[in-house]
Amino acid sequence: MKTRRDFIKISAAGTGATVLGLSAFGAKKFKWFEPKIEGPVSDEDLTPYATYCEVCFWKCAGWAYVDKQGRIRKVVGNQNDPHCNGRLCPRGTGGVGMYYDEDRLKTPLIREKNSDGSQYFREASWDEALNLVATKMTEVKDKYGPEAFGLFNHGNPGTHLEHLLRAYGSESNAEPAFANCRGPRSAAYFSTFGAYIGSPECTDIRDTQCLVLIGSHLGENMHNSQVQEMSQAIDNGATIITVDPRFSTAAAHSTHWLPIKPSTDIALLMAWIHVLIYEELFNKDFVEKYTFGLDHLKEHVKNMTPEWAYGITDIQPDVIRTTAKAMAGAAPAVVIHPGRHVVWYGDDTQRERAMAILTALLGAWGKRGSLYLPESVSIPKYPQPEYPEPEWTWKDINEGKYPLATMGITTELLKASIPRLNKKHQVKAWLVGGTNLPLAMPDKKLFKEAADSVEFIAVMDTMPMEITGYADVILPEATYLERYDFIRSAQNREPNIALRVPAAEPKYDSKPGWWIAKQIGERLGLHDYFNYDDFSEVIDWQLKQMGTSLEEMKKIGVKTYPRQSGPLYIGEGEDFKFNTNTGKIELYAVDFSDEGFDPMPVYKPHPEPPQNFYRLIYGRAPMHTFSRTSNNPNLWDLMSENSVWVNPKVADLWGLKKDEEVWLKNQDGAVTSFPVKVRVTERIRWDSVYMVHGFGHSDKKLSRAFGRGASDEELITNIAVDPIMGGTGMRGNFITFLKEDPAMEVKEDKA
Amino acid sequence: MRYAMAIDTKKCVGCGDCVVACQTENNVPHGYCRDWIVERVDGTYPSLSLEFRSERCNHCDNSPCVRCCPTGASHKAEGGIVLVTHTKCIGCGACIESCPYDARYPHPEGYVDKCTFCIHRVQKGQNPACVDVCPTRCLHFGDLDDPNSDVSLALKDRKWKVLAPEAGTKPQLYFLT
Ligand code: SF4
Ligand code: SF4
Ligand code: SF4
Repeated sequence: MKTRRDFIKISAAGTGATVLGLSAFGAKKFKWFEPKIEGPVSDEDLTPYATYCEVCFWKCAGWAYVDKQGRIRKVVGNQNDPHCNGRLCPRGTGGVGMYYDEDRLKTPLIREKNSDGSQYFREASWDEALNLVATKMTEVKDKYGPEAFGLFNHGNPGTHLEHLLRAYGSESNAEPAFANCRGPRSAAYFSTFGAYIGSPECTDIRDTQCLVLIGSHLGENMHNSQVQEMSQAIDNGATIITVDPRFSTAAAHSTHWLPIKPSTDIALLMAWIHVLIYEELFNKDFVEKYTFGLDHLKEHVKNMTPEWAYGITDIQPDVIRTTAKAMAGAAPAVVIHPGRHVVWYGDDTQRERAMAILTALLGAWGKRGSLYLPESVSIPKYPQPEYPEPEWTWKDINEGKYPLATMGITTELLKASIPRLNKKHQVKAWLVGGTNLPLAMPDKKLFKEAADSVEFIAVMDTMPMEITGYADVILPEATYLERYDFIRSAQNREPNIALRVPAAEPKYDSKPGWWIAKQIGERLGLHDYFNYDDFSEVIDWQLKQMGTSLEEMKKIGVKTYPRQSGPLYIGEGEDFKFNTNTGKIELYAVDFSDEGFDPMPVYKPHPEPPQNFYRLIYGRAPMHTFSRTSNNPNLWDLMSENSVWVNPKVADLWGLKKDEEVWLKNQDGAVTSFPVKVRVTERIRWDSVYMVHGFGHSDKKLSRAFGRGASDEELITNIAVDPIMGGTGMRGNFITFLKEDPAMEVKEDKA
Repeated sequence: MRYAMAIDTKKCVGCGDCVVACQTENNVPHGYCRDWIVERVDGTYPSLSLEFRSERCNHCDNSPCVRCCPTGASHKAEGGIVLVTHTKCIGCGACIESCPYDARYPHPEGYVDKCTFCIHRVQKGQNPACVDVCPTRCLHFGDLDDPNSDVSLALKDRKWKVLAPEAGTKPQLYFLT
């Protein structure tokens, strides 16, 4: 069936020359890729430009080194930046590939229809594209009110669009980073400690004596300073405890690896809590002074013994006791790492709660070597009018569900976009910035129906991604190396800021995100919200309020400020009020019980793989940030496709050979679009398979990434929704192997 | 003076940052590399061990590549660094065959290329690019004759191994275990 919004694979579309309109300018600048004898250039002959990395949300500050010909040669970390300490991760080092990627979006594109009804993208001028977006925004506002214009955003590009939409009158936005990623953590730690973990996480790994990783894959997720600090912890002889069904990189570097049966983590956590309480190993002074609900908790975990947990988790009781004792022995210098991508089984807020409770029992909050008290600089607001008050926002879209959600939920925004569902608040058009929605979230069907339903989609991105195939207008954004951007201000031990300036002119006909937002804003008569000619004016004004200037920041890149909020740690016996109902750390969550949720975590079994099926576990590789980087020429060199990890026992059973290509089919019959190579390895349990997320691109315009590996997202059709905050648990999917091309089977049937 | 590198396998996470940094620093063409990562898994689930090794030219004391080079393009430079003079290299590939570590590759421009220990940086008092970028700080470079160099300090009090000792090449990459 043809839908209105045919998925357009950009290069295959339209009148040949369209997107590929590689200008002479583009070709000239590609010298770097032409192999020729050209030795390395010494740093003195290069000019450094201050930047901070955009290859992931860690936003490490660095320098883009530009040679005399104006070519960006390399990006190197800023020595004074606490996010990276002068060392970017592989993705940041390879960030230069984002700029040089010849598959970039090069010019604005507008969807058109041929007389036969087929659709294609046509190259458009900026004026045309921006006028069209502004016209649609006006139409939606007149017809439905500005609230009906939704926004899916991520990172800086998204924030420019968010400013535009807020000025226009809409706050109907959602980020996959919340409900599809770390939302449960926010809800759990807030209800326990009255504080968020934040980003970069306030983990004091540098000084810890015991690091506990439960589904955290440091070393495979290159959250830069954390990986660096884990290495310091190894040097310091810290005990590292890793809980993972897979022998992860972190597991390999650990003192104790607990190869847990997937989906049973809460049982292990509760057994640890049981041991701490019943063997009186918990931090009594801390618990007595700062926490609420120990008696409830003690009663609650009475029967949750290591022997009970053994039957559930496959972890031996003596291992549970030994590791609990190791934590108690190191307390309070223990980091129970709160994780980041924590939407697994739908009871994720409760699992995060168990981790928070464990943290509290060890007194491992606000103490050296545990979780420190972070601080950030607040950036003065550039003089602009207040945003208009929308009549409804993302909160109302949730219709009273997920009371503890603190940000818009992507799936709810999608549902609001489907008229068939008859929602009270309906979304009619989208702006999308910096997120490749179809690969960033589960439940493709829902996404497709929503995308087909809305009247208009504008996408701003640097690369042709799956999401750009759904757009009516594509706005090609300049990469982070080609634009001014917001001042980075993120929490850390010491408050600090970082600057991003362009190291080169935008390639092709791409434009900075701030410029695109402003141009649309001006067309909507919102000049007062875009009262500058160049974004550098905003930055300079803000920096001057903060005792520095654009000029100074261009030289130093990063500036650190003294703490205002007091010391990094809570003093011995110091009075400390927590921002919770009781003013104390809530072992018993009053909030949860008020809302009708379990006030203390309860282990509930989750579905197990049916026969001949294996649980699908997905994760990360250190050299990629999901689907965003899979076409990056430098990073593609390091890893060009994913594989499916299969235990040798399973491989034997199925007769699977190393590097054999298979298709994967899930419990609902969903099959991967592309085959994926088998990796036979002892590093994965026999009841599970593992894949790195972000591969299996279906857009041919990605000349390197197209069809390389398979997308785990296609296999995630069963979503366990977290009733507390709307998180989308994705680990309840099971796959089996298809050795023949499923498409061929269909064809043969027809023949 | 004897330049060498120590690689701490207890800390390396196999992230490949050393590979990309080398690529951008030295203009290594796409599809080629001067350094690379080896992942070695031993045992059966759940009794496993895993070692990541960041490997490159071993700058061997007894280097077969230098001996077999017919033009003198492959040679020893200061501190024992093994180099290829690109303009002298005829691309015959004898050195590629002779290297037990597979450290050399034929550059598309027609010469043989490999790790230089970033001599252009070392001469300026900087560390090699891979050493300076490594997020886990598991690479240590310096002069073995200087007891206070990073590499000497890293080797002190630690067990180490070299690769293919049986080849008799006297390699100068030391893997801390
Ligand atoms: S962790 Fe890596 S990708 Fe993320 S911001 Fe830092 S350097 Fe960039
Ligand atoms: S950069 Fe360091 S941690 Fe990463 S692979 Fe290379 S040596 Fe290992
Ligand atoms: S020393 Fe320099 S040339 Fe050798 S691998 Fe490291 S970065 Fe590459």
